[in-house]
Amino acid sequence: MSEIHSMEPIPNPLREQPDFAVPPDIAAEIDELITHYPKKRSASLMLLHAVQERFGYVSRQAVEWIAAKLELQPINVYELVTFYPMFHRAPLGKYHFKICRTLSCALGGSYKLHEHFCTKLGLDPHAHGAQTTKDGKFTVEFVECLAACGTAPVMMCNDAFHEDVSEQRADEILGGCK
Amino acid sequence: MAQEYRQILKYVDQPGYTPDIDCYLRNGGYEVLKRVVALPPKTLPNGQTLSGPEQLRQEVMASGLRGRGGAGFSCGLKWSFVDRKSGKPIYLICNADESEPGTFKDKQILYKDPHQMIEGMIIACYANDVHLAYIYIRGEFAEGAKILNRALKDARAKNFLGKNILGCGYDLEIHVHRGAGAYICGEETGLIESLEGKRAYPRIKPPYFPAVLGLYLCPTIVNNVETLCAVRHIAALGGAQYAKLGTPNNTGTRIVSISGHVRKPGYYEVEVGKATIGELINDPIFGGGLREGRKLKAVIPGGSSSKVFKAGERFKLKRRGLDGKETEQEVDMLDLPYDFDSLIAAGSMSGSGAIIVLDDSTDIVAVLANMSEFYAHESCGQCTPCREGSLWMAKVLHRLTQGEGRKGDAEYLARIADNIPGGRTVCAFGEACSWPVQSFVAKFKEEFVARGAADEEHRAQQGTGPAAKRELAASPQG
Repeated sequence: MSEIHSMEPIPNPLREQPDFAVPPDIAAEIDELITHYPKKRSASLMLLHAVQERFGYVSRQAVEWIAAKLELQPINVYELVTFYPMFHRAPLGKYHFKICRTLSCALGGSYKLHEHFCTKLGLDPHAHGAQTTKDGKFTVEFVECLAACGTAPVMMCNDAFHEDVSEQRADEILGGCK
Repeated sequence: MAQEYRQILKYVDQPGYTPDIDCYLRNGGYEVLKRVVALPPKTLPNGQTLSGPEQLRQEVMASGLRGRGGAGFSCGLKWSFVDRKSGKPIYLICNADESEPGTFKDKQILYKDPHQMIEGMIIACYANDVHLAYIYIRGEFAEGAKILNRALKDARAKNFLGKNILGCGYDLEIHVHRGAGAYICGEETGLIESLEGKRAYPRIKPPYFPAVLGLYLCPTIVNNVETLCAVRHIAALGGAQYAKLGTPNNTGTRIVSISGHVRKPGYYEVEVGKATIGELINDPIFGGGLREGRKLKAVIPGGSSSKVFKAGERFKLKRRGLDGKETEQEVDMLDLPYDFDSLIAAGSMSGSGAIIVLDDSTDIVAVLANMSEFYAHESCGQCTPCREGSLWMAKVLHRLTQGEGRKGDAEYLARIADNIPGGRTVCAFGEACSWPVQSFVAKFKEEFVARGAADEEHRAQQGTGPAAKRELAASPQG
């Protein structure tokens, strides 16, 4: 039998959050959510949403906490974070602009709208993925169809939908972000 | 003359109509449910007795209702596949993951008249002996999830939900489950996996229907938001009466989402098959026609996955006349009745009821590139032909829009697209990502070839470096 050498641990790709602690109100919400399902594992997406809503992203500690809560392995939760586009592994800006990139919005001018936001905020309009300003205030992201194609171009600022967004309207939205 | 027929959207957008339960109750809300749970057993002439739920299932079957999510499968038939003897619980899931590009009808119901859908859902659950049901709502509808949670709480407080509903001895609980931005969750087995807390990898078939093995390997019904609203109206009218709406085999009403290059994009509810594609695009009460000075170039008739129609395309359709005889007629694409069967006969589909209109300012290559990027992003990655093929097509189309195309790209694209669908993938996403490429490249081949050829010529003359980039279409103001 050859000797088994211990390997270097693979660096954990999730961000560390040493002070992670679930506040009582979220803990209560989570306990309630788990009761909605006959199998605990089903609650994992809802728990990820609840944690991300509070902390702004999903850390290694959060993944491990959720896994323990649902009697899963951390990988079972981690693979969700990497699969579903709405979960973030790093904090985003205070205001997250999601601009719809898909066809009807593109026909309605969403590429120009995306460029407008990027130019105004000093971001690269051709970069891939979400971009955050240096001060951590704004994140701009091109996303796929937001299901409001009749009022293109459409965007979201955090959870709020904005439809028929002209450049003027975009500036108003920006101005409203304090 | 085609007319709007607002049955599901009756109150949506009416001044003063709000999504709260009091407003719904003031407008006859939950009256259908009250009648349904009080349905006495019916004895048939042959001595057989039908329970209330059995009668409801028969009404839905008789209504001819076809699913409004995309596949257009008979709702009654789907329900009939449910294994009722397994002894396992039966689950029902409302698919509120609305994410087919071009579709924005379910959002109107969820945000503006949520109780209508909830009432339909309770009736569907009662009819199928379901005691636990979920609304799977797309993650971006965070506001919608709050509206639904509030609505469910209010319905519970009035005993339309919970234990012993309206004193009839029936228990039902409904919970809201949020997705997190993945298109594939609209596929019903992907949705079920997601609801089980896993990656939304669609399940291998057979079994073809979750009605046999679904959530937690129990019999499960997955119905679209609009379908469940229709169930409420079927319960109110009776199946036979409902079937009088629309056209034979394409019964009831349907909400059509119209977007793209029309003057009045929006959602319009019509009797299925009573309006043609042309009427929906051009009629002042619907899309209102194209912008000033523009001509029609193409129509994507049923969500971005459906095969495109080119302006001027003609199809042979079998039609049954008043004398009952079937005759073959040649019709222009615009004269196709907007129903399930006519669009399938014309080689496409009405899918999720989303029409995207493209005018003559549109760069067809850029449109397909845009759509392909969507599919490359949304492929779940489980099956190699789809994962690799969708990305490959997007890359080829990207180079065609960036002035780096090749003359042979059209055929190259067609070859990739032909090798994805047809049983090589677990789910229909393989078809969904190939159909646009197959149809666009076949119907607008000269544009794809010309673009590639121009880029090649440019490179030959200028050495390397891309040719000029082009706009997707004339700007909205232009």
